[in-house]
Formats: sequence, C-alpha cells, structure tokens
Amino acid sequence: MNLLEVQDLKKHYPIRAGLMRREVGRVRAVDGVSFHIAQGETLALVGESGCGKTTVSRCILRALTVTSGAIRFATSETETVDLATLPKRQVRPLRRHIQMIFQDPYASLNPRMMVGDIIAEPLKVNGVPAAERRDRVAELLELVQMPQSARIRFPHAFSGGQRQRVGIARALALNPRLVVADEPVSALDVSVQAQIINLLLDLQDRLGLSMLFVAHDLSVVRHVSDRVAVMYVGRIVEVAPTDTLYRAPLHPYTEALLAAVPAPDPSRRGRRRVAQGEVADPANPPPGCAFHPRCPYAVDRCRIERPELTPTGSGRYVSCHRAAELDLVGVR
Amino acid sequence: MSIAIDTATPPSAPLDEKAAAAEARYAQATQLQLTWWRFRKHKLALVSLVVIVLFYAVAIFADFLATTDPHATDARRSFIPPQGIHFFDENGFNPHVYGLRGVRNPRTFQLAYSPDPSRKLPVRMFVRGYTYNLLGIFETNIHLFGVEGARAGESMFLLGTDQLGRDLYSRILVATRISLFIGLAGVVLSLFLGVLLGGVSGLYGGWVDLVIQRIIEVLRSVPTIPLWMGLAAALPRTWNVIQVYFAITIIISLIGWTDLARVVRGRFLALREEDFVVAAELSGASQGRIIFRHMLPSFTSHIIAATSLALPAMIISETSLSFLGLGLRPPAVSWGILLQDAQNIQVLSGAPWLLVPAIPVTMVILAFNFLGDGLRDAADPYG
Amino acid sequence: MADRTSLAVRDLAVEFRSEQGVVRALDGVSFDLHAGRTLGVVGESGCGKSVTARSILRIVDRPGRITAGRMILDPGTPREVDLAQLDPESKEMRGVRGGRVGLIFQEPMTALSVHYTVGNQIMEAVLQHADISKAEAQNRAIELLREVGIPRPETRISAYPFELSGGLRQRVGIAMALAGDPEIVIADEPTTALDVTTQAQILSLLRRLQEEKNIALMLITHDMGVIAEMADEVAVMYLGRVVEFAPVEEVFSEPRHPYTRALLRAVPSILATPRQRLSTIGGAVPHPGARPSGCPFHPRCSEQLGALCTEQSPRPVPPGRSGAACFKVDQSEAVTA
Repeated sequence: MNLLEVQDLKKHYPIRAGLMRREVGRVRAVDGVSFHIAQGETLALVGESGCGKTTVSRCILRALTVTSGAIRFATSETETVDLATLPKRQVRPLRRHIQMIFQDPYASLNPRMMVGDIIAEPLKVNGVPAAERRDRVAELLELVQMPQSARIRFPHAFSGGQRQRVGIARALALNPRLVVADEPVSALDVSVQAQIINLLLDLQDRLGLSMLFVAHDLSVVRHVSDRVAVMYVGRIVEVAPTDTLYRAPLHPYTEALLAAVPAPDPSRRGRRRVAQGEVADPANPPPGCAFHPRCPYAVDRCRIERPELTPTGSGRYVSCHRAAELDLVGVR
Repeated sequence: MSIAIDTATPPSAPLDEKAAAAEARYAQATQLQLTWWRFRKHKLALVSLVVIVLFYAVAIFADFLATTDPHATDARRSFIPPQGIHFFDENGFNPHVYGLRGVRNPRTFQLAYSPDPSRKLPVRMFVRGYTYNLLGIFETNIHLFGVEGARAGESMFLLGTDQLGRDLYSRILVATRISLFIGLAGVVLSLFLGVLLGGVSGLYGGWVDLVIQRIIEVLRSVPTIPLWMGLAAALPRTWNVIQVYFAITIIISLIGWTDLARVVRGRFLALREEDFVVAAELSGASQGRIIFRHMLPSFTSHIIAATSLALPAMIISETSLSFLGLGLRPPAVSWGILLQDAQNIQVLSGAPWLLVPAIPVTMVILAFNFLGDGLRDAADPYG
Repeated sequence: MADRTSLAVRDLAVEFRSEQGVVRALDGVSFDLHAGRTLGVVGESGCGKSVTARSILRIVDRPGRITAGRMILDPGTPREVDLAQLDPESKEMRGVRGGRVGLIFQEPMTALSVHYTVGNQIMEAVLQHADISKAEAQNRAIELLREVGIPRPETRISAYPFELSGGLRQRVGIAMALAGDPEIVIADEPTTALDVTTQAQILSLLRRLQEEKNIALMLITHDMGVIAEMADEVAVMYLGRVVEFAPVEEVFSEPRHPYTRALLRAVPSILATPRQRLSTIGGAVPHPGARPSGCPFHPRCSEQLGALCTEQSPRPVPPGRSGAACFKVDQSEAVTA
C-alpha cells in the first residue's frame, strides 16, 4: 500500500468579473494530477513557476480546498482517508501525520518564541506531556545537529542555515508519516545549501523519511529524490525514477528543462539547445498539449489532442503523443 | 538592492568570555528587548519620551507646581504682563518678584494693578498657598514655590494674567491635566474599538469584513469639524463639566478608532499568511491558540506605535473643539479653552502672552509624533 | 589576449559606518574588465559582489563610503577618468551611469517604473545620453526592444511593465541598460529570479549582445553553473576580497584557493549520482562586521597552516594575473620557482 495516492487532483480558481461577480473563466492551477508516494520514498515535484507544484503541495496539506479529485493518505498501516473530501474539522487531528518544511527560514519561525518552544509547539498542541517534550526537543536538536544551548535562544540569533535546521526539527517533532518540503534550500547560500541537503539525506537514511520535495532546482532534486514528477501548466508531463529521468527523458519538456540548467563545467559550454517561448498561461492554456507551442517536435496531433499520462513500463509515465518515437537527450 | 549584511548572524567565534556573554545576551533577548535596543538608538524619540513623561508628571502634580489659584479671578489685576523673577538684589541672592500697586486709570477711573518695583515679594520653596487635593487624596496647601507675605490679590504671575486676572502659568499647568488625559481616555476607547472591530474584520473576513470596512470608510469620509459641531451642539447645556468631558472623549474616539482598526486588520491579514502561522496551523493548533499564542504577540509593538501616533490626534481634536467653543466649557481648563482667549486680535495685541498655551500643545504633539515614529521603526525595522 | 581594458579597479575599499562600528564591505578589491570579455564575479551573500557593482556606478547606499582605491574607466585613452574621484551627483557621473556603464538588475522592476510604458522609459534613457529628436528616440527604443528579442516591439513599446512576464521584463531591463550604448555592462544576478528555461534564454541573449557590441560584461552571480556557462575570467570573492582570480577553465579544473575548491565541491550538480552527498564548508559566512583576523577564510578552512593564517593577511591577487590570496598557494609557488 502506498503512503499517498493522489488521483486526478484539480484546483481551479474562478475568474470573476462584472457587477454580479459572474464567473467568466477559470485558472486551472492544477488540472488533473495523479501520482503516488511509497513509504520511505522521496518524490520530487519539479517545474517552473506557475506550473502548479506549490498548489499541489498545499492541497495535500489541506491548506487549500480541493476542487475535485482524491488524496488518499494512509494514516496507519491499515487505515486510509481521503484528505480531499474530509471536512475541515476532521482534518485537524490528522495534521500531525503530514508536516512541512518551509522555503524561507526567516519567515517560518515565530520571532517571539525561543527555539526550544518553537520545536516543542507541535508536541504541546498534540498533548505530549512536558517532561517528554523536553527529552524530545533535546533529541531533535541533536538530530538536526544544533547545540542544546539553542533551546533558550531566539531565532534572530541564528543564520539562515541554522534556522532551517530548526524548521526541520519542528517538522519532525511529531514523527510525521509524510514531510512536504517546499523549496527547502533555495533561499540558502551555496555552502549552507550543501549542509542542509546532506542533513536531508541523513534523515532519509536514519528515519526512513517519506518526502514530497517541491523544487525548481533540478540539480538539488537529483541529489535528494528517488523519483521525479515534472509538471507543466497544471499537469504532470512525466514521472520516472530520478536517474532514468535525467539520463533519458521521455518528454520534450523534460529535455528542455534539463538542457536549460547550466552545468558547473565550462567544457560543456554552448552544447545546449535553448527552449524558445514562454510558459503558457494556466488561465488560457493552448489546446492540445500545453507544451506544443514551444516543442520542437510538435506535430498536428499535438495541437488538437491532449495527451494523457500513460505508463511506459518500469515505473515510468509520460504524457506525449510522440514519446515512443522520439530519442531525447538527457544529461550524463 | 542594499548590501547583504545579515544582521542576524552572530559573530562566528566568540573571542573570549565577554564576547560569549554578549552573544548569549543578544541570542536570549526577547523581541521586546530588541525593540528597546533599537529604540534607544533613536535619539530624537528618546528625548521625546522624556518630554512626554515630564508633561504627564506636570499634569499629575499641576497644583503642586502652580503658584496661584487658577480659578481665582480679580478684575483689578487683568492683563498683567509676565513677571520675571529677580534673583539678586543689593543684599545678594534673594529671589523676589515685585509687588502690585493699585493705579487708577485716569480716563476710566478704574482701579488696576501694575508692578511696583519698590516692593519686593520674596520667592521661596515649599510655601503655603491655595488649598488643593494632591492626587485627589491628600488635601494640602504646600506648593513647590511661591511668594511669601503677599497681600490679598497679590501673587507671582510668571506668564502674566488673562482678562479676568487669572494666572496663566498656573492655568496652563492645570490645563495639561485635562488635555493630556482626555487624549489617553480617548485612545483607550479607540484602542478597544479598533482592536475588537479590526480583529473581527481581519479574522472572519467575508461579509463581516465588508460591513466593518464600509462603516470605517463612511466614518472617515464624514468631514470631522461639522460632525463634531453637530454632536457637541447636541450635548445638553445643563451637563456638568465631567459629563461633557466624557461625551467629548467618546465623540473624539468615534473617529479615532478607524485608524487603529485598519492597522489591526492589516496586520491580521498579513500575519495569517506568514509561514510561522501556517506552521502552527499545520501542527494542528486550534484557532484560539493560533491567534493568542502566535499572532497577538506580533501585534503588540504595532499597536503601541499606532497608539502613540493616535494620541496627538486626540489631543489636537480636544484642543480645536474647545478652541471653537464646542468642546469643554469654562470653568473647565484645557489648552483649547485657554487658547480661546487668544481668539480676539485686539486682546492679543495688548496681551500677546495669551498665546503661550500654544507652546505646550506644539511640544506635546511633536514629541508624540517623534516617539511614535521611533517606536514604529524599532518595532518593525524592515517594514 | 590583447583586448582593450575598459575598466581597471584597484584596491577598492568600501566601509559602512554605523553606531555599532565599521563594516568593511570591500577590503582592497582589484580587477580589470576587458572589451568583449566577461568577468564572472562569484561568491555567497555578504561577500561584497553587489557592493562592488554599486561602487562602480557610485550608487552605494548610505552610510557606505568609498575609503580607498581607484576605478579607472578607459585607462590610457583621452576619455580616462577615475570614477572614485567623481562626485556621485555630478553630470559626469550621471553620464557614466546608464551611459558608458549600463546596469542590469536582478529584479528588473526595480529599474522600471510602473507608471510609464516601457517605451517611454527606454526613450527617456535614450534621450538622456543622446541629442536626438523624440521620433528618433522612439525608433531607437523599438530597435532596442527588437535587439533584445522582444516579439512585436512596435506594439510592446506601449505596454506597462506589469503587463509583461518575468522573462520579457528582464529583456526590457537589458534594453534599458543598452539604451546609452555602454561599453561596460554590469549584470547583478540577472537570472536569479527567473525560471531555468527563461534563464537560458536571457544568458544566450546576453552573450549574443556582448559579441555584437564588443561589450565588457561583469556578471555577478552565486551560481557556479552560470559562471561556467558565461565567464571568460572568474573572480571569486569572500568577505570583501577577491580570493582567487583565473580564467574560467582553470577555476573549474584546478582551483587554487581552498574556498574555491570547497565551494565547487558544495555545489549540487545536475550530473550527480542518486543520493550523492555533497562536501560541505563548516559554519556560515561571518558577518562582515565580525571579520576574522588574518586570512578571513581561516575559521572555515580545512587546509589552514596555523598561526600564519590566523595572524597574517595573505597578499591580494595581483590584477591581470591568475592567482589566489592564500599562504598555501604562495608556499607551493615558492617551491616550484
């Protein structure tokens, strides 16, 4: 049984206009997304801004109300709930199972609470007794390699990297079954970024952490994720195990994304093709395949018929009419 | 963009124990302490704070500092110019003021007092004068300083007298009480209304928010002076000073709360989106805990700053209402009422010292504004 | 390489004085910019990259102040001028800013006003540095928009900045920087706020424009990938100093300074193997106000030599030559010499 199964998830925002606030259109921020996360697995959700990856993560956290679809989440070995349809009142006791690591370590810690209290807060809210809380905070500080003295210090005393460690400790406090990490290293400096990536790798090994890793940086994703789902304009265009996806992408958009990342190696200079055009508007996506206006391989069919995400074997999925015939280039 | 100096980064390696202690002091400082440290650097705001504290001290001990009964009238000593204290005479240090001499006006045959340099009234500390209640509890007649051995109607008039012969210096001191405390009372009331309605507006949103916001807009779009005139005119003439005082406070705060409500609502909406509040929500915290534990503490500094910026507006409101004759009425004494005497240009040309009450008004307003700016910057250095 | 030197910066020092003390944001920075070549300036936040750029344009925020150094524009020509000696408000400096030296911002909206059309703003910039008629300026603006690859420039000229996507806005920002026909363009993290595919487009645009106009480009970034893709020479900065200077191939194949080496190993790579760990640099960049004694990198350096590094400051890299400000490098050079 998978830990999380998302099926045909949709989140639409109505565009209203006029005196009567009539709905004149919809922003299809997320438009039919399906994927799963197995126990102990890290799935990366990648894509450019506006592709809907953050919206998906907020739907799973039920920070947003879902338009339609199912989010089946295993709250224990035997029990599964559908987070998409559960009333808000019933969501609250389940929150402890899904925790989040935020992007901005300066905004995510309450400046008026000491680090010890920040980490203990989820425990307190969920009724863990004081003595147990104290031990758990000590354990968590050690886990994220922070000194115990941090407990009685305020966030303003720490650098971005240290704050991010505190944020991670808080997310792990309740032993959540799933951690949603929303761009957890993109606000950090290179040297600190490496420390946090290593910490996340450690935690995956030591705790068997299951993670939804939302990111736009394909280099970071290659280091931390087991599988990758690529999103474009509200839909998943390709899912594959990380290494396979980077070496041999099946979707032209994945190829374009990989080609666009500048490798830290001057000898590879100028060897890449740059995708033309801009990301489509989710309020007004092009007909057929949303990527066809930018796709160098597009044929007439792509302009009319929207491809579905279909399995191609060995855990891979792609939504491209020409996936079978194209020979796309990855990075290696 | 500005230089990327991360002020939150502590020194990497504390060189010695002193540095380590300083680091710990900084690391363990609460937001209140940090705010205070930042505020301390605002020299102008700090001076303003001292000025304001002094003014309130004066308001509390007004009668003790006064030299002459502010309500005692004597037509004969009207429009006496400010009297200076002479510190030395032929016998060395001997502070004194001149006594008064009755002079009959050769044209009107009215008796009027004027200073008589031949008679010296010694100025002494802790002299006995008119009787008053200190802090409303102790009845006493001790004053900080005053003249000794004065004849009836005689006293010292540091800032001169008005038409009815009342001592302007003492009246300004006593007026401070009403002018400063009416502001305070008004602000407390607007604070209550503002936080309550602003909070409800920000918290519930939807139609509640819509209604409250429209009320605020309507209130703010009403021209204030005519509104006050209407409301003040509606106050029964038979009401006594205390009743009018409270009515004026309520009228003033009816307008004042809108600003505070906007600040509170804005902060509420902004905070709801803050990551640390989202984090609290995701940990399963209840609505009440999120508001009281996570959101409200982030508010206090803003509310304090907003309050200190609202106070001068309140004081100005009272002063202008009373100046226009719509606010407090004699025998109550406020800065506005004192300035009422300075309305007549003819009176003013003969007795320019009647404008002196404008000085404390300006000082307090400026001080409150500087203080409010300093507090706001200290509370929210990034905002 | 006999390329003409467009700008020679020597021993530049910038200080920020406040009640808490003096922060040395730049501590003796030297480098050259050459026509038709790209200098990549790389470093983590607080290393002084942006202050360097702002110093050249004399737009350092108060209370920042240039305390030492020279910045010679067009050295050895009749147009030679030391920017450090000019009054920031002078007519001459205004002519340099946006004229001889163009600036591209990380977020183009900081350079664009929301109240005017992009055409208006580019025309304004053109008119400031050229004595031509309005009609000519408009044609020039359309021409500039076309040069930076904006489709249908005749209609886009009347668009407001907020009507454009991030990528198009950055193109407009580049057009603005080119309006005064500059010899030098400083690009401060020009692609950091952009998506990868857009970043790739902007980078190739910058390269094309540089080749066409023989521009000396100073590219400031924290992204080693962007450096590898764009730079001819690289200056690695740490705490207000250039700790290493070298041609780009050398920086990546045989980095000299321990910081450069550590930084390169810490960069996540798109070529990584699954679950590959990164080597890290201990600690974080110290606050520029708490600069360590001796070599500023010594508290984090895994190769430090003891007292030498903690007490003495290594020699700065001589401009125009490859090298590193590091005692270890000095020693090994002494051995080979």
